[in-house]
Amino acid sequence: MALRHHFKTKPFGVSVRNTSVIGWLLASPLSLVLLVFLVAPITMIVVVSFWGATEWSIYPAFQFDNYAFLLTSDVTYRVFLNTLKYAAITWVCTLLIGFTVAYYLAFHIRSLTWQIALFLLCTIPFLTSNIIRMISWIPFLGRNGIANSTLISMGVIDEPLEWLLFSDFSVVLAFVHLYTLFMVVPIFNTMMRIDKSLIEAAADAGATGWQTLWHVIVPLTKPGIMIGTIFVVALVMGDFITVRFMSGSQSANMGRLIQNDIALLQYPSASATAVILLITVLLLIGTLLRFVDIRKEL
Amino acid sequence: MTTISKVRYSRRSMLKAGGAAVAAAALPAPMVWGQETKNITLRQFGTGVSNLNEVAEKVKEDLGFTLEMTALDSDSVTQRAATQPDSFDIADIEYWICKKVWPTGNLQAMDTSKIANYDKIVGIFRDGKLTPESVIAQGTAPHTVGFTTGADGTTFVDEESGWMTLIPTIYNADTLGIRPDLIGRPINNWSELLNPEFKGKASILDISSIGIMDMAMVVESMGEYTYPDKGNMTKEEIDLTLGIFTEAKKNGQFRAFWKSFDESVNLMASGEVVIQSMWSPAITAVRSQGIPCVYQPLEEGYRSWGGGIGLSASLSGMELDAAYEYINWYLSGWVGGFLMRQGYYSAVPETSKNFMSEDEWGFWFEGKEAAGDITNPFGDVMEKAGAVRDGGSFYDRMGAVACWNAVMDENQYMVRKWNEFIAA
Repeated sequence: MALRHHFKTKPFGVSVRNTSVIGWLLASPLSLVLLVFLVAPITMIVVVSFWGATEWSIYPAFQFDNYAFLLTSDVTYRVFLNTLKYAAITWVCTLLIGFTVAYYLAFHIRSLTWQIALFLLCTIPFLTSNIIRMISWIPFLGRNGIANSTLISMGVIDEPLEWLLFSDFSVVLAFVHLYTLFMVVPIFNTMMRIDKSLIEAAADAGATGWQTLWHVIVPLTKPGIMIGTIFVVALVMGDFITVRFMSGSQSANMGRLIQNDIALLQYPSASATAVILLITVLLLIGTLLRFVDIRKEL
Repeated sequence: MTTISKVRYSRRSMLKAGGAAVAAAALPAPMVWGQETKNITLRQFGTGVSNLNEVAEKVKEDLGFTLEMTALDSDSVTQRAATQPDSFDIADIEYWICKKVWPTGNLQAMDTSKIANYDKIVGIFRDGKLTPESVIAQGTAPHTVGFTTGADGTTFVDEESGWMTLIPTIYNADTLGIRPDLIGRPINNWSELLNPEFKGKASILDISSIGIMDMAMVVESMGEYTYPDKGNMTKEEIDLTLGIFTEAKKNGQFRAFWKSFDESVNLMASGEVVIQSMWSPAITAVRSQGIPCVYQPLEEGYRSWGGGIGLSASLSGMELDAAYEYINWYLSGWVGGFLMRQGYYSAVPETSKNFMSEDEWGFWFEGKEAAGDITNPFGDVMEKAGAVRDGGSFYDRMGAVACWNAVMDENQYMVRKWNEFIAA
């Protein structure tokens, strides 16, 4: 022990004090960036959330009006529940699809070349803007759209299905379409790191395919699932444009409340909503992180 | 400060010049001249309706300076005018937006003595009356927020004070748009918007200041309530109005709400919606796709709106002169004709007439049957020979205005309730 200590500090004459200074210097660029672009804006939002607003201006104050209005309006709770509902349904769908796709890529495709090729194929839709990918659903799902006219000509339905567009269905569909890849990537990543011999061992021990999946692969994939979950939940909770377009402005989530407030120059009220949303998302993610040690993966 | 050379043209010298009519109309104001003008750039922003690149091109051609256009939706326009006064030189806004933005002091009053065609501006924007017999409609009528006390005025005055907040440029009378082919019967009242017959096929716009007025027209038409002033509701009246619409929404009356012009066109053209609040050029956009669409005149009258140009408070010197020149040019006819051929009205119709063919003037302004095909400024055929404008002549349409887009005293309350309606 003493020997090691001796070698660690003495040979180059670097004192403990100096290493800590160097450490601080090395960390400072990142800290500075985070301070300016993350901490400062969020602090500003928190500060403004206590301010007051007239129709055309905001004035510094310390009042709880914004929170009082927000937390006593039953609309807030309904919208909040709606936001969570979208997040939950989208999470389940993206997880099922994402896991399946990643599983197929990781375990059924044998050659690395094909794995990479197929993986890139998954990312092709991301070469266009996500607004465009979303909006292209509208003519497809519309009353006289391709989906309805196909179903009618096939004789499956007599009347166009109204719920295909401008409904919760279309909102969730767009979310799933937009965000599944965020689930595929981290799950695929963790699956690729699973030692294949573990699966062989499971097979040797007499486990069926499903048993291997449930007792070996799923537990080992948990960190990937968690990272994907954080992506999807954070994206869906913070979204406003998908909900606006796909519900035909008829549904609301927290993002839309914020957007409406900003449009009407009610920045303090928008900030208060943003703070509440931020706290909720942080709590959610905090809870998720309790289940898995993500550091181990990174 | 740069001093700039101003040249006042005599009427005579201009008439000698070729293409004099254009310049002559803009003439009486002192003209900014010389090389300096070429370096002037004025930044204009406003709603999509009148922020057209064609206008900027023509400005460059006629006046020499550069006009940068930014088109935004009504809410963003309000936001920008109220919060970023240095981001623009010219604000092309609606009168109800002016009511909100003027108190911020971000705009400067304009001296009407520098406006050549001031005397020819239609009465709606001056004393509020289209014709001497007209009754002034409810809501934020343009003349009520069109004048201020003086160069530094912060409050509105009712009389023509010589200091204008906005120079009127464009206006129209709005009503419901319908798909006659999908409805198959006459529509005569605003109440039809909530008729269960159109369940899941109706729409209303999601811009609170405008939408609430459409709602009020519907509520009155249904016989539910008669407002003392639709443009200035009490909290109870706001609750009642949005209550009726929230119930309709929950019953599935609406297919969607729209916020931008294009959305309204798509909803109508695709058949998702057969009756909805709509703006005039959206109707023509649907019709130019070969799909029947009518801007249906209704018994209760129109909901009207007006827009104008306001100058940023920080505008001064050479740029300010250029801005006045631009305003004078704006009212001198070319833009008016350009806008009128899309179905809007110009603040000075008589100058616009010079830039329209007799048939165009007859169709758009006088409500006469079109003798030949009517094309828009971009060359697309809008109407075939024999067509008559929905609602008839200028005086028939603007004379039947029941209310103006408005900002109410209880606006903040209304906005919150509107948010609840959207979230319901």
